[in-house]
Parts: sequence; C-alpha cells; structure tokens
Amino acid sequence: MNTRKTFRMDGRTIPFEDGQSIIDAALAAGEYIPHLCHNPEFTPHGSCRVCTVDVDGRMVSACTQPAAEGQQVVNNSDPVNHYRRRLLQMLFVEGNHVCPGCEKSGACQLQAVAYYTGMLAPHFTHFFPRREVDASHPDTVIDFNRCILCELCVRASRDVDGKNVFSISGRGIQSRLIINSNTGRLGDSDYDRADKAASVCPVGAILPKHQGYEVPIGERLYDQRPISVVGDVAQAKQGDNGDG
Amino acid sequence: MNPASDAGIFTERLLNEGGAQATDLLQYLCSIQQHYSCIPPQAVETLARVLALTPSVVLGVIEFYSFLHRTPRGQFDILVSDSITDQMLGSRDLLQRLCDRLGVCVSQPGSDGRATVATTSCTGMCDQGPALLINGQVVTRVDNERLDRIVALVQAGSPLEDWPQDWFSVSDNVYRRDQLLDEHSANGDSLRVLLDRGAADLLQELDDSGLRGRGGAGFSTALKWKLCRDASADERYVVCNADEGEPGTFKDRVLLQSWADTVFEGMTLCAGIIGARRGFLYLRGEYRYLLDSLHTALENRRASGLLGSAILGEPGFDFDIDIHLGAGAYICGEESALIESLEGKRGIPRIRPPFPVTSGYRNRPTVVNNVETFMAAVRIAEHGSAWFRSKGTAQSPGTKLLSISGDCRDRGVYEYPLGVSIEEVLSDCGADDVQAVQVAGAAGRTLPPAEFGRTLAFEDVATGGSFMVFDHTRDVLDVVQNFTRFFAHESCGFCTPCRVGGSLLRDLVDKLHDGHGSEYDIREMRDIAGLMQAASHCGLGHTAPAPVLDLLDHFPDVWRQRLAAGGFEPSFDIDAALSEAKQLTGRDHSGGRMGGDV
Ligand SMILES: Cc1cc2nc3c(=O)[nH]c(=O)nc-3n(C[C@H](O)[C@H](O)[C@H](O)COP(=O)(O)O)c2cc1C
Ligand code: SF4
Ligand code: SF4
Repeated sequence: MNTRKTFRMDGRTIPFEDGQSIIDAALAAGEYIPHLCHNPEFTPHGSCRVCTVDVDGRMVSACTQPAAEGQQVVNNSDPVNHYRRRLLQMLFVEGNHVCPGCEKSGACQLQAVAYYTGMLAPHFTHFFPRREVDASHPDTVIDFNRCILCELCVRASRDVDGKNVFSISGRGIQSRLIINSNTGRLGDSDYDRADKAASVCPVGAILPKHQGYEVPIGERLYDQRPISVVGDVAQAKQGDNGDG
Repeated sequence: MNPASDAGIFTERLLNEGGAQATDLLQYLCSIQQHYSCIPPQAVETLARVLALTPSVVLGVIEFYSFLHRTPRGQFDILVSDSITDQMLGSRDLLQRLCDRLGVCVSQPGSDGRATVATTSCTGMCDQGPALLINGQVVTRVDNERLDRIVALVQAGSPLEDWPQDWFSVSDNVYRRDQLLDEHSANGDSLRVLLDRGAADLLQELDDSGLRGRGGAGFSTALKWKLCRDASADERYVVCNADEGEPGTFKDRVLLQSWADTVFEGMTLCAGIIGARRGFLYLRGEYRYLLDSLHTALENRRASGLLGSAILGEPGFDFDIDIHLGAGAYICGEESALIESLEGKRGIPRIRPPFPVTSGYRNRPTVVNNVETFMAAVRIAEHGSAWFRSKGTAQSPGTKLLSISGDCRDRGVYEYPLGVSIEEVLSDCGADDVQAVQVAGAAGRTLPPAEFGRTLAFEDVATGGSFMVFDHTRDVLDVVQNFTRFFAHESCGFCTPCRVGGSLLRDLVDKLHDGHGSEYDIREMRDIAGLMQAASHCGLGHTAPAPVLDLLDHFPDVWRQRLAAGGFEPSFDIDAALSEAKQLTGRDHSGGRMGGDV
C-alpha cells in the first residue's frame, strides 16, 4: 500500500514529502508549473508570481506554498493563465526586451514561458526605462535592460559562490540590481565566469562574451520543444543552452 | 555642516559606542543621515567593514528608505506632507511657495547647500496640518505667514534650536474618551496582577476579553501570545508596531506622547506572559520628535523597578525595551517587513508561513502588536474581561481609537465603543455635506453616504483607526489619485504585480483624472486591480487597488463624467514624448505639436 502523502492538481495525484513546496512536488512528478524566479537549487523566493496557482480557491505562489495533504491545486485554468500572461507582460514592459536583437533569444526563459502561456503581445504601455549595459568584465556582459529582478544571481553568488557580487537596491519600480565593487562595475568585482551566478540568469541579462550566435536561431534551447518539456535555462546542459 | 571627509571617523566612533551589530545598521544610518544630511561614501565603507557586510548591501538599505540619501540634502532638509488631508489644507501651494522663495526645484538640493524641499507621505499630523518635517522635526499648522518666517530663518542659516519652539509643538486633540483614555498612564498595576495570578491565568483573561489586534487585521491577541509562548526557543521577543504609516492615522502618536507608560507596560506584560527578555518599539521616522520623551519614560520605569532585571522584585522577570527608528517606508508597518527592518535590512516582507509568532526577529518567536493593542491588554489585566466586554459588540469587544481628519469641525482622536455607526461619528466630529468617508486609510474603504449606516467593527467595516472626511467641494478622483500614487511610491518592489501593476494603475488613474480615460481603461484598471489582489506577495499589494475599485463601484457619476468620448484613448502622449527634446533644444512651442505651428 502506498502511504505517501499526496495532493491533487488538475486531475492528477501528486506525491510530496513534508516541507516540499507545491512547485517542487509538481516538477518532481513531471508536471510543469510555469515559473521564472524559482530554481529548486536555491531557497524559495516568490517574487515573479508567475507560478501562481489556485489552491482550494485561493491564489498563492506555488514556490512558497508548502504542499499539504488533500489540497486541490488548479494549475491550468483560464483565470490562472490570464494572471500569468499579465504578469509576463508586466515584466516585458518594465524592462527593455527587444527579443529579435537579443543574443539569448530562443534560449530565454522569459520568452519561452511567454510562448507557453500564449502571450502574443506586451499589451501594456512600455516603461522604456533608461538602463545601462556593463561590459567591463573580460568574460561577461550585463545588460540591465533585461533584468527581471529574479535575484537568482544574488542567491547564487551569496549562497553558492560565497561572494555576494550581486544585490538589490532602490525601492518599488526603482528597484535595481547592483554590483558589489568600488566602481559598481562587474569588471572590478570578484565575479568569475566559472561562478554559479554566471549560469543561473533566466533571461539575457548576464551573458558570456566572445561567442555570438554560435547556435543558430531555430536550433536553440526552446526553438523545437516547449519549456514545459525542456525545463529551465539553469538546468539545461551546457551546449544545449543556446549560446550560454 | 561638517565636511564629509571625517564621516569615516564619525562612523567609527558611532560603532565604537557599543558592540557593533549588523542588526543596528539602519539605526547607524539614521544617525549618520541626521549628522551629514546624507550617508557619505566613507561612512558606507566603514559600516561595511566593521559590520562585515558588503558595501552594496549597505547601499541597498540606504536606497530603500525615503529618509536616507547618498548625496547631501543641505543644511535644511524640508519635507512637505503630501497626505490628501494636508493637500486639502493647502500643502501643494505651500510647497510651491517654499520652492519659489528658496529658489529650488522639488527634490533637487539647492546649489548653495542650504536646503532641499521635497514631499513625503502622510506625516501623521492630519489633525494639525499642513505639516512639514525639517531635519526630522515636525512643524505643524503651517500657513503662508509661518512659511515666510521659515524661509527667512533658512536663508539666515539659523539653527533649529533658535526657531520659535511653539512651531514644533504637537497637540493631542482628544475629543472623546472611553475605556482606554479615561485613565492616566499605568504604574505597574497590571504587572502586579500578572505576578499575583500567573501567566496562564492572565492569558485566559485576555482570551475571555476577546481582544483583537488594533492595527487593522484583527487577529486574536491572546492566541498570538499563546502561540508565541508555546513555540520552543531560547529567546522570544516583543515588538510594538509604532510605524503608523497608514495615511490619516495618528492615534498611536497620541498614545506615545501621553500614554507611553501604558504602552511600555503592555509590552512588559506581554513579555511576562510569553517569556521574553527583550522588546523593541519600532517608531516611524516621522515621530523622531518623540524620542526624548520616550527614552525618559523608559528611564523612569527602570528606576521604578518596572523595567530591567527582576521587575517588581520578582527574580527572573527580566525585560527591557529598545527603540528603533524607521526611515520613511510604509511597508515597514507590515509585521514581517518590520522585522527585517529591525534586523537592519531592506523592508521586504518575508514568505509566510512561518509567521513571526514562531519565527520572527532573529528567527525567534516574536509577538508584533499595535501600540493600542498593548494599551488595551493593560486595561484588561487591571479591570478584567467582563469590564472590557461591557463595551463594543460580541465579535468586536471593547473600544477603538479613531483618527479623524479632513472636512470636519473637530479633527483629532476619538475613542468609541466598536460597533459605532459612521453616521454617529460624522455627527460628533461636526461634518456636514459629506460626499465620502475613507475608513481605515488608503488601504481601507471609500464609502459613499448610502453606506453611512454601517458600523465600525471587525464584522462590518474593519479599521485600524483612520477616518478621513470629504465633503462635496472635493473631487473624489483627487483622493483616489493621491492614494494610488502613495501605493506606487511605497511598494517595496519585491513582487511583479505590485511593483509593475501599481505603477500601471497609477498611470491609468492619472489618465482618467486628466480627462483622457476611456471605457477600455476602466476595464484595464479592474483587470490590473484583480491581479494585484490575487497574486501579490503581501498585504500592501492586496489592498493597493482598493481605492480604485471603490471609485469604480461606488462613485460611477464621478468617473463617468470624466471619460473621454469614444471607447479608446491612446496612452501615448506626444507632448510628454517630445518634452525632453523640447527641453534640450530650448524650443517650446506652446500648444504647438508636429503639424501645428512648428
Ligand atoms: C502594508 C501594511 C502596513 C501596515 N502598517 C501597520 C502599522 O503601521 N501599524 C500596525 O500596527 N500594523 C500595521 N500593519 C499590520 C501589521 O502587519 C500587523 O498585522 C499588526 O502590527 C499586528 O498587530 P495587532 O494584532 O495588534 O493589530 C500593516 C500591514 C500591512 C500589510
Ligand atoms: S541579472 Fe538575471 S539572474 Fe540576476 S536578477 Fe536579473 S534576471 Fe535575475
Ligand atoms: S505586494 Fe508590494 S509591498 Fe508587498 S511584497 Fe509585493 S511589491 Fe512588496
């Protein structure tokens, strides 16, 4: 007899272990819940809200909500998908995401989740913020225009690399990623291309230099199969990952 | 002003005063800001080195709080309250006059290093506005005459100590007293009851009283204390939430000014019951003027054996209270953001569960209660639960303090039994021709006259105490615009729906306000509002769209007559788009656009 604890999601029974979040239990069971700031390797964050699901009639983020026996989770419904599309559109208009000109196009999680949820246009008025590109580091370029404030690089640098290269400053719509160095530039920080922080960015904000378009458009990470099958940028094998 | 070059030494000295801890970062920053009118780079460096933080983490904290700055504000940092009730008393004209006379632009430090003039969220002086904060000190009841004298003193560089001291006086303005305000400050009686009857018994009494949190959410106080008492841990903490940031609320200010002893006694009572040895009063930066009197009250209690070790001679009953200052961030009233801020960090709300009662300050069980809640607990310990229940309703026992401001005769604090009707309150404070009442602040409800028969109680219209009155001379859209801008400004920025949605909503309200809104925009507002309510990380995002939704639901005439003709109006504003080019080229064809008289 199977005594494992379970909850129900869109008609499927999902097993979980005590303390596991809804998203981690679902992903382990092969059920995809769209997400951007979540990465099972790091402490849950809950900022992008793209993994919003309906749990017993209440909207919660699946990455911060502990799984519980008998929960009824709705991951795929019109209201849930509508919320997700709106959240993605908000992220698109908040920054400057010019996909056709972005080296990450085709291997970008923001773009892939947008395709997956059926987002066709940005919908909202663009903010067109003025942000900079930091090309000071010999191996890596940071384009702040594309940063979605997921804090994965912050968490990776702090918790895995033990370097605290990245942190968040400002408040509200002025929130921004900053770099810990006396000039505020990546080239003057402790960052190294071998850092964990170098490979976790879900979008085209942290990019390796000197390898433009090695994988042709059409053959990139999410070009052939949807993100629900391929998985996250950070988990994808090196080489699979577009140019990253 | 001291040259910034000694900022490193100043900071070093500050840190040497006690065992320097990273949890005190915000407190150090407040002192440095006060001294230098900014946080100089040398101070950032020293703080980071001594507290073992990275400089970027220190910068992240500085840039989170509205009252901290990286560049100097000058000898006088003048903030004009932008609360809607202060606006109604003429604060916008005062702001303009101040800028004109001092020759500065809003938020831009003057080139001579003399002054900066900017706006700030509600200062908690709505009963005696318009109010200014000058170098952190409150000046109330500002009119043109007082303003011109201020300008003269600023231009003369006269230090604040030499200004007329009555400008800085803050009155209580209590108009109605009941269970809480009838008596004077506490002197240890409730603590004697505690020692007499024991913690379990008193907790039961508190439970019987049915006391619910006075900060707004209305959680059972006894249950909160019990959960904390039962959580296993080596340390527990008591925190008094005196952030009082909700626009239109000022009753905690009055309690801290004239009943501080009772508030501190309530914290001590809680400590005795849950087994805490350390407590914090988290005081909003706007109330810095209260610091001296609060420290004196703490000293007196220590001297009388009501605080410190072996309270009332009881071995093991050890408890003391520190005061921590906020620095201009409404979100820090949210209990988990408050705890982050107490720990010296950016005020980002935590993931919950776990709740503070099991994992709060330094991840230890922590009770966070509103100022008024602690005060009510003292009265219940002194007089019993039956006495408490003799006022209020079955589901909302006791009384509630209201902060009443806006269009009425007597602005101030009123204590009512819960269950009082809005009508009765309006009649008592001398309000007529009322168009709308804002109950529970910007995050609360905007109610039209048809709803004035409703009652203030957890089972009907719940409130933390803000009560703003708007008569028929007011434009409800001005009010909604003020609140929506407030939330966009105060969003911590952590989660997408509130950070981006709040700004989108603000822009749509502005568009409607300016007569460019369409039916399409109304649908958009509802859509964004629904998303913010459903998907935000914390209560700020959940409640931020409330004013917009109340406008759409309860005041259709107000917004309908503002709609532009046609179902759609572009968001693109060509004048705004060209403004920068116009500024750069110095060409401003008034009224002229492309294809016009260019
Ligand atoms: C955005 C936001 C701001 C808040 N501000 C305050 C505040 O200024 N004072 C307060 O007592 N509670 C405030 N609260 C409620 C607190 O989170 C918490 O519920 C309260 O302090 C608990 O105390 P009580 O049970 O005595 O009411 C706020 C909540 C939110 C979501
Ligand atoms: S740079 Fe990338 S990983 Fe870092 S916060 Fe921005 S989007 Fe996230
Ligand atoms: S709802 Fe707003 S204030 Fe609350 S966490 Fe999200 S961004 Fe911050």
